[in-house]
Amino acid sequence: MDVFQVFIELAQSTVRLSTPLILAALAGLFTERAGIFDIGLEGKMLGAAFAAGCVAYISQSVYMGLLAAVLVSVLLSLVHGYASITQRGSQIVSGVAINFVVAGSTVILGEAWFRQGGRTPALSADGRFGTVTLPFADAVRDVPILGPLYSGLLSGHSPLTYLAFLMVPVSWWILYRTRFGLRLRAVGENPGAVDTAGISVIWLRYRGVICCGILCGIAGAYLSLAAGAGFTKGMTAGKGYIALAALIFAKWRPKNILFACLLFGFLDAFAIRYQGYAFPLIGKVPVQLMQALPYILTVILLAGFIGKAIPPKAGGVPYVKER
Amino acid sequence: MSVPYAKLPGWAEYGLIPLVNLAVAFLISGLVVLIVGESPLEAAYHMVNGAFGRGEYIGFTLYYTTTFIFTGLAVAVAFHCGLFNIGGEGQAYIGGIGVVLACLAFDRTLPWYLVFPIAIVGAAFFGALWAMIPGWLQAKRGSHIVITTIMFNFIAASLMNYLLNRVFKPMGSMSLETRTFDTGGQLPKLDWLMSIFGLSVGSAPFNISFVLALLAAFGVWVLIWRTRLGYEMRTMGHSPAAARYAGIKEAKIIVIAMMISGGLAGMMALNPIMGEQFRMQLDFVQGAGFVGIAVALMGRSHPAGIIPAALLFGMLYQGGAEISFEMPSISRDMIVIIQGLVILFAGALEHMFRPAITRVILGLSPKTRDAAVTKGA
Amino acid sequence: MSELAIELKGIDKSFGLVHANRNINLKVRKGTIHGIIGENGAGKSTLMSILYGFYQADYGDIIIDGKTIKIRDPNAAIAAGIGMVHQHFMLVENFTVLENIMLGAEESQILNAGITKARAELKRLEKEYALEVDPDAVIEELPVGIQQRVEILKALYRKADILILDEPTGVLTPAEADHLFRILRQLKDEGKTVLLITHKLREIMAITDEVSVMRRGEMVATRTTKDTSVEELAELMVGRRVLLRVEKGEAKPADVKLSVKNLTVRDGRGVTMVDDVSFDIRAGEIVGIAGVAGNGQSELLEAISGIRRAKSGTVLLSGREIDVTGNADPADLRRRGLAHVPEDRHHVGLVLKFEESENAILGYHDDPKYRRGMLLDVDAIRADAEAKIAAYDIRPPNPRLKTANFSGGNQQKIVLAREMERNPDVLIIGQPTRGVDVGAIEFIHKRIIEMRDQGKAVLLVSVELDEIRALSDRILVMFAGRVVGERTPDATEGELGLLMAGVEGRKEAAE
Repeated sequence: MDVFQVFIELAQSTVRLSTPLILAALAGLFTERAGIFDIGLEGKMLGAAFAAGCVAYISQSVYMGLLAAVLVSVLLSLVHGYASITQRGSQIVSGVAINFVVAGSTVILGEAWFRQGGRTPALSADGRFGTVTLPFADAVRDVPILGPLYSGLLSGHSPLTYLAFLMVPVSWWILYRTRFGLRLRAVGENPGAVDTAGISVIWLRYRGVICCGILCGIAGAYLSLAAGAGFTKGMTAGKGYIALAALIFAKWRPKNILFACLLFGFLDAFAIRYQGYAFPLIGKVPVQLMQALPYILTVILLAGFIGKAIPPKAGGVPYVKER
Repeated sequence: MSVPYAKLPGWAEYGLIPLVNLAVAFLISGLVVLIVGESPLEAAYHMVNGAFGRGEYIGFTLYYTTTFIFTGLAVAVAFHCGLFNIGGEGQAYIGGIGVVLACLAFDRTLPWYLVFPIAIVGAAFFGALWAMIPGWLQAKRGSHIVITTIMFNFIAASLMNYLLNRVFKPMGSMSLETRTFDTGGQLPKLDWLMSIFGLSVGSAPFNISFVLALLAAFGVWVLIWRTRLGYEMRTMGHSPAAARYAGIKEAKIIVIAMMISGGLAGMMALNPIMGEQFRMQLDFVQGAGFVGIAVALMGRSHPAGIIPAALLFGMLYQGGAEISFEMPSISRDMIVIIQGLVILFAGALEHMFRPAITRVILGLSPKTRDAAVTKGA
Repeated sequence: MSELAIELKGIDKSFGLVHANRNINLKVRKGTIHGIIGENGAGKSTLMSILYGFYQADYGDIIIDGKTIKIRDPNAAIAAGIGMVHQHFMLVENFTVLENIMLGAEESQILNAGITKARAELKRLEKEYALEVDPDAVIEELPVGIQQRVEILKALYRKADILILDEPTGVLTPAEADHLFRILRQLKDEGKTVLLITHKLREIMAITDEVSVMRRGEMVATRTTKDTSVEELAELMVGRRVLLRVEKGEAKPADVKLSVKNLTVRDGRGVTMVDDVSFDIRAGEIVGIAGVAGNGQSELLEAISGIRRAKSGTVLLSGREIDVTGNADPADLRRRGLAHVPEDRHHVGLVLKFEESENAILGYHDDPKYRRGMLLDVDAIRADAEAKIAAYDIRPPNPRLKTANFSGGNQQKIVLAREMERNPDVLIIGQPTRGVDVGAIEFIHKRIIEMRDQGKAVLLVSVELDEIRALSDRILVMFAGRVVGERTPDATEGELGLLMAGVEGRKEAAE
């Protein structure tokens, strides 16, 4: 196979694998920028994927599935918000708890409702997101270089993929160009400043958490309605944590999130494609190394060996209005 | 000025509140059972029966308990130093390397009672090593220990996958596991202990590492409340400013506390590897590291609380298996839900019911109320 | 008489058993600079927080521009035209000046339109009040003086007519403070009302039109500034207190035990808190450091005791140097005979969640006498604690009780017993009787005198001037990080008060 073809295929699968990461990492961006740390991205995504699978199957409507995913994910976010904003509990503990509750209940409920070993029934075309073929994709396929780039790489993805990539500039715009974004970023840095400006810290943080829920819901729906044809047990397989790593790796900035997720997605795509393949000079690259690389890179970054990732200053600390 | 909660009598603080939190967690789990269309009471019956109904069941329950004592202690030791070690899972997994090395090297030449101590040291060493790095990164580079330990769980998973694939797997074997150990790598069961009570352990892998777990619990108690190191760790955990005032070396204590924590998590590997499977399999930890979080939260980080909490989760794991046998729609994943709910209510929402409970108790006895007011001043 | 901008009637606020504000009445005339002065803990900040809606008063009325209003939250305060510059700035450090100013007053959902407007408005305000700032500069890169300007601009941007400044000069250099005063005068000329909270008499005299004095939660007097004097204000602030009487004989100072030379300490933000301080303390004498809180006393104690790293200077303990600029180790200093009773017993001197006996060994926990083999000898520790409990009459006499359950006085006795019973050569004590009941105060004072009579060198820091005068053999006064004077204990309160307020500072340097 020629190198260019390989490149296109690798890039194509990178885009596919990055999609849920981008959505989940942006989700984390909204809550963590508001000062609520969230290690429950994994759980919310899983819960959303499950809800999407169930409802899309029952209603035979992909949009109902998407809606259900978002609802469930927002609900879980609100639980996290209640524990960490209202009750001022530990955000870490709450996130861990949510991950477990979801991991268990998706299997139990799925088995009880569908009896397919924790899966939801396979979805027909109506219950899934199809792929979008961009205009003229077929016509230009044979144009050298640009043809495959357009029809092979840019065209032919799920609408949620386009949405995910679109959400990067949109999130940037929301965070940096709207009143809500300004306040959200402020409350994650110095809630006192927000409070003295006469803005409710609690409500603002809840809104951040809800935004996180919505995006995580879409990420989950992507898994069961676009990447797969239904929900399978534990289908997030650590993607929530990779997204968390990407968020940190991106230093909590939307543009960097895109690149971090593409990088991590590429590592994944590469690992899948070149499993057991012997490269000239280096020989076999252990697939496990590729899988661990996102985490290793994040640890190195966190330790300040390659730049410094400074988290939102008020992150993880419940706001107590007292001096 | 900020005394957020009035002081409660000890029995309410350490008895009633945890019990209420636990009860709520179970009530919600019961709701899930209802949603699934089964009877929660029947499930509870199968759970208890499945955990304690027969000697063999008890053996399984205690086998799981052993595992959870180790991981619960691991989380608790870090908690005492003000650290949240979420990496017990990875540390236990890596700890397996120490066990496997000891067993593969000596199982054919030495008796189990000589291999066991070597394996203990190996397990603790590798677990400690895996926890030391996040500890060091926190102490010296300020990386958030929660994030680093999460990352290390995944790195451990990849590393072990690689090692099983490339190093530990016998030639020609297809499955990702080591060879089965000879008698030197197999821990004796505690059937004599069970037979004292007229019970038979049957096929349950209830083994000598249970005794080690109890010893470790005692050891942790001694460490935390009877040694200088423990004293320094607790000072750090309660007040870093007081620790600095007392001349306690912050970085050193963090690294040591993490290493002890990781060592305890690593020792968990002894139980499944030498006590049950007699080989190391892929993903043998099976979430026990995370159960440790629930166990430590429930047991309030005290060995005397951790042992019953570990027993409770042992019961859930074994009884849960029985439920799934009797009531096919409730698989063992039910335990994961309960575990999550326990973490939620005993951890993040720990104080949710406190105001109500405080009102009730202080309302009942005016004497306690007066005491609370003077103390709050 | 011109009309009133603010009138407070019968404001009363308690936190638990602490009565922070008692029946406060205050009238502030429109277009004036009104000072509120008082010692730390006099209740000034609480009162201002009530005015800005952070706290609700238990009783009393707030009348702004002749209208009685309820201020439930900062929003209501802003709507009533009140702006506040907090002691600790309420700025988002990684935001630009413009973003900080807009926060909460953005006008529309999408920022763009607002930004242009804000930029123009900011330009206008800058011009009008000579408050130059680069709107696109990031806060954390600006010096504190400019950051404060941003806080003022924030209030003006919200169309504040009444500006409250809480201890505004605490973090400023003298030049920056002068600039601030020029700004405040200009604001006054524009018809704004300024409420200036401070404990510095010099500032009050320099800039205010009227001044109200608070003492122990009460408003004790209001004066027209030009008709009063620093002496009168100092006396009103401190009040005529029941004189503390401590029986003590002549001091017999012997060899120098603690020698501090040219010590300079900076805090986390890089602000110089202790500025080239030098003094000696001899065995058998008590040297008291007087000063209003926040003038470098805390940092001085922390540097000497090895908790905080000093920028430069040397400290000799019994003739041997302490590595104060490097790795001075508190544990090592203890072994060398330095005992330290820290100012903040709740967070530093004690671990409140520990049993009493555990706190009785804090810092000395590596002493072999508390050890049996590898383990801590709990019996020995408890026996030791019981002996101290008896000697210091700590109540309840239960070494196993949680420390949080002891009263303030008894908690302090736990710390004192621990540090004094070690027979140190040098004892440094910060705020020995803060939050301590009257009975315990007498006891603690006696003990401190006893330590002196046993030939210890004692360094005493207290914001209670009476305490300093009653106990000390020599008094050093600290102001703005410097020792601005040395006096004998028979110096008058007024004389010391002036030094503490920085009025006669800088002229004489204590050798």
